[in-house]
Amino acid sequence: MRELEYRHALREAFDEELERDENVVIMGEEVAQYNGAYKVTQGLWDKWGDKRIVDTPISEAGFIGMGIGASMLGIRPVMELMFWSFHSVAFDQLVNNAAHMRYMSGGKANCPIVVRGPANGGTNVGATHSHTPEGLFAAFPGLKVVSPATPSDAKGLMKAAIRDNDPVYVMENTLLYGMKGPVPEPADGDHFIPLGVADIKREGTDVTLVAHGRSVLHALDAAVILQEEHGISAEVVDLRSIRPLDQDAIINSVKKTNRAVMVDESKPFCGVSAQIITLIQEYAFDYLDAPIKRVTSLDAPAIYAPALENEQLPTVAKIITKVLSITPVKK
Amino acid sequence: MDITTSDYSGYAINQKLTPEDKIDIYRTLSRMRRFEQGTQKPYSQGKMGGFLHLYIGQESVAAGTISLCGENDHVITAYRCHAHALACGMTMDECMAELFGKYTGCSKGKGGSMHFFDPAKNFWGGHGIVGGQTPLGLGLAYGVKYKGLKGCCLCYLGDGAINQGAFHESLNIAELHNIPVIYIIENNGYSMGTSQNRSSAYKDCLAQRAEAYDMAWDIVNGEDIYEVRAKTQIAIDRAHNESKPTVLEITTYRYYGHSVADANHKKYRTPEEITKYKNDHDPVNLWKNRIIGEGIISEEEVKAIDTAAKQEAAAAVKFAEESPDPPVESIFDDVYWEVDNNTEAGNTGRHFFND
Repeated sequence: MRELEYRHALREAFDEELERDENVVIMGEEVAQYNGAYKVTQGLWDKWGDKRIVDTPISEAGFIGMGIGASMLGIRPVMELMFWSFHSVAFDQLVNNAAHMRYMSGGKANCPIVVRGPANGGTNVGATHSHTPEGLFAAFPGLKVVSPATPSDAKGLMKAAIRDNDPVYVMENTLLYGMKGPVPEPADGDHFIPLGVADIKREGTDVTLVAHGRSVLHALDAAVILQEEHGISAEVVDLRSIRPLDQDAIINSVKKTNRAVMVDESKPFCGVSAQIITLIQEYAFDYLDAPIKRVTSLDAPAIYAPALENEQLPTVAKIITKVLSITPVKK
Repeated sequence: MDITTSDYSGYAINQKLTPEDKIDIYRTLSRMRRFEQGTQKPYSQGKMGGFLHLYIGQESVAAGTISLCGENDHVITAYRCHAHALACGMTMDECMAELFGKYTGCSKGKGGSMHFFDPAKNFWGGHGIVGGQTPLGLGLAYGVKYKGLKGCCLCYLGDGAINQGAFHESLNIAELHNIPVIYIIENNGYSMGTSQNRSSAYKDCLAQRAEAYDMAWDIVNGEDIYEVRAKTQIAIDRAHNESKPTVLEITTYRYYGHSVADANHKKYRTPEEITKYKNDHDPVNLWKNRIIGEGIISEEEVKAIDTAAKQEAAAAVKFAEESPDPPVESIFDDVYWEVDNNTEAGNTGRHFFND
């Protein structure tokens, strides 16, 4: 199968959806003439022009609110936050308006928007630019949150997000934009991955690693070492979608392996990992042979120091240590 | 800034009004007034929850501006939304039932006083956060333009909302992208308990801030419906024909507090100020006197309209009282479109996280 960069896979999703539905419009800072701060939208303005690819001022509350308002009339804005970290200046629009419009109108309105952009640490840009708010937004009923780890998932989930009639917040990752992976050819059919379906990225029998976004790659690397050096067979469950959540995939895996370690780049306090652990203890308590462990970002604002930042984030070594703390070594 | 007192009845948009149209405007004013008066007793009896922001004293603003709206013109406002809803054609029954939190309410009891909605009548709420609706109004107008329709959005906000960042962001984008939105500042002089002079820095008037964005603006004497209509029509024409935004500041006054629960509303302004407005500037009385003076309606006929409006409000209270509460299961309705519509997406993955 051909290989595409993550950013290219996203771009292909936009291009196909722009073609499919005349109401799809891409908006954001530098998305058009500049070709995207991270080149995700490169070439789209040349092809689709001013009406479909719209440069906005640095004015997140303004343009995201505008997209929400337009979506109520059936426009389907796909809005880029240059960093998801900038959510805080548009929070009222992202939560009170996008998440609650349908409810407060008794179901008379809905907001078919996508808000997307990178949400990750690891690039030495300090605490203001390193937020991972997937758990924060997934905590608001009315919102949907997805976090793709691979180019193929990025394309398929983005297409599902654009066609969804509820607000979907797609959390990407600047460190993944340049990574390559197999993506099916458009000629082979519509590459669409439903929200709410996890993917078993590696099958295993001894311990379940639950992850999303870039943490999936760390979990996969750890799984290789665990097998080779310790004889431990780790299963990697990639959530892909935080809300809606594929609870069955998590619970079925834990019932099989009887052990679980969460790998989650967000912070530990009420993070995604905390919610998953609650579900495991509720639905698979009798199957557990050990306490559930987790590897999250260390619980402080994101540090700048290049020498330290990676140590604040989940690492392969930390995952291995946690797994070894609850799993018998087989060799 | 001094308000001009020119006679705007001769403007084309007002000359087009038939006697029936003028009487209809009076009926709208009277229904707004009687509806809100009808809420007082049940509110004080504890039959409604939360806030109740009354529009009484300001009716001419919503009645005058919305009387100009056509098929592709949309309306969105803040939390003082009852009159706009009625002017857009919503019924007293569904509005009163919403105040009572009943299942028959316009938002099925999920919105309350601040969140009336009827998109089918181009009424998009009813929004509780000060200034939060101003980017949404921008977006509605953007949507109209995107679809190639000749229309606009009337986006209302109070004088207290003009200092919110979202409003300024909206003004910038509106002018930059030529979006047919009309921001209508309903200036009742007080942002909750803080007078205009204590809350806003300005030179001559609030709408003048539009100049900073190179945007057209005007100031309107809100007690004169002919003036409200004449000046709003200029803005609508600008939106329809040039796809350009406008800021209108319409001066008005509210008789009651910021909300019914505003304990200090007679402290931050004098009783004389309120009395003077009621006696000399009441917009319902002024329009009544105007159309009686024009000889198109009699005192008796006006009284009949008022009586009918009062009876309609009383019937709405009865309807609301007799309506069912929302069922507990409905708490989970209207959260996700895909779940409500039982689609494949709505049935994939877990959407709700109760035990």
